[in-house]
Amino acid sequence: MLSKRIISCLDVRDGKLAKSVKFVDTQDIGDPVEKAREYYEQGLDELVFYDITASSEARGIMLDVVSRVAEQVFIPFSVGGGLRTVDDCSRVLLAGAEKVNVNSAAVKNPGLIAEASKAFGAQAVVLSMDVLRVPKSPQIPSGYEVVINGGRTPMGLDAIEWAKRGEELGAGEMVVNSIDADGTKVGYELTLTRLIAEAVSVPVIASGGGGKPEHLYDVLTEGKADAALVASMLHYGEYTVGQIKEYLAGRGIKVRMIKDEG
Amino acid sequence: MITLVDYKAGNLTSVRRALTHLGIPCQITADPEQVRRADKIIFPGVGAAGAAMSVLRERGLDSALKESFAAGKPILGICIGCQIILEHSEEDDAACLGLLDGKTIRFGRGAGWHPALLKIPHMGWNAVTVTQPHPLLSHLRPDDEFYFVHSYYPQPADPGQIYATSDYGGEFPVAIGRDNLFAVQFHTEKSGVVGLKVLENFANWQL
Repeated sequence: MLSKRIISCLDVRDGKLAKSVKFVDTQDIGDPVEKAREYYEQGLDELVFYDITASSEARGIMLDVVSRVAEQVFIPFSVGGGLRTVDDCSRVLLAGAEKVNVNSAAVKNPGLIAEASKAFGAQAVVLSMDVLRVPKSPQIPSGYEVVINGGRTPMGLDAIEWAKRGEELGAGEMVVNSIDADGTKVGYELTLTRLIAEAVSVPVIASGGGGKPEHLYDVLTEGKADAALVASMLHYGEYTVGQIKEYLAGRGIKVRMIKDEG
Repeated sequence: MITLVDYKAGNLTSVRRALTHLGIPCQITADPEQVRRADKIIFPGVGAAGAAMSVLRERGLDSALKESFAAGKPILGICIGCQIILEHSEEDDAACLGLLDGKTIRFGRGAGWHPALLKIPHMGWNAVTVTQPHPLLSHLRPDDEFYFVHSYYPQPADPGQIYATSDYGGEFPVAIGRDNLFAVQFHTEKSGVVGLKVLENFANWQL
């Protein structure tokens, strides 16, 4: 049986680590390569690097971060942010990432998912979506709407429909990020996560709202997620990966435990 | 010096980075002559069996690998490199190298299979159980986990050629081999310390 994965997301701006809270007020909190290695050594299962830089000049800095991570960290990781074409995707994969993470660009151009999936395989394409809770309507029957541009632009697209479409187009995995929950540390959006996990047959990674180990337990059971994304819990040193996993294992969740040497 | 066979497989550079990190000298080549001259060969891979076999044939690497196996050179296959050493793969209905008897089959046929509960590809971390001791797996402890990404798995005809299994809707082989050939379905280069150790064991493997 597969273990439930604990994944951390590192937002990178101009080569530095940043953590967004409700997508505003980002603050630098360190070197992404150092953080990645620290979490790897703690037993993290996977990493996501999100490039939140706007300038094209900083894209080269990001590729340098990716290749330095690949030289030191021997777990899978994906890279997202600003990937608009198959060539963009190809560059981060060549730099050492296993997977690409597409978000806004895929909403604007769904063909990107299909092209990337054909070029690199579905396992290399992660569809990441930012989702906002809205009143149910004929257009948004689930009451969960896809938004882009860091949460600023609603797309009139139902998140459940988009997830199904993304799977058909060839996404091998989904990151479901609740903007309502992001940065609040009061728990993941369980209903949204469960609706998507039940709608698609690819793994679903819950994102946004994790503040305590019990929040991960909730989203991995009730939320039916295959993996949970943690950010501030780890970034501010409130918990180690080991502490989170020990808690989950204690409650019967299968997680990968790192054993001490000897 | 370990030679990495380049047949457009996606994880080639990841394997090279892992070896470099371990201080193990290696070179990447697509030249069948270089493969014939190699001391040890790693045969990695990500992708589809049919495409992999086409590239191997185009580059003349298929016969170089068969000759190297017959000559007794240590060979390590990873992922697709573990699947196409068998005779046939259900993926693309591809005729493969046939270094071992058997075939590569798709998940979902086992008695314990629940399609509603188990997703394909089998992607993520899973425990590997050693079923027969092998020098490349000598460091493994019960419940050590490795990283997998695959929809097909290798099934040698001779159960004596299976060294480790995992469980995903039923047991399936994840490490197979005979003589100078060893191959693993999981990604040693992405499985943390226990994975790196498999590569280190291969570098130190004396036949």
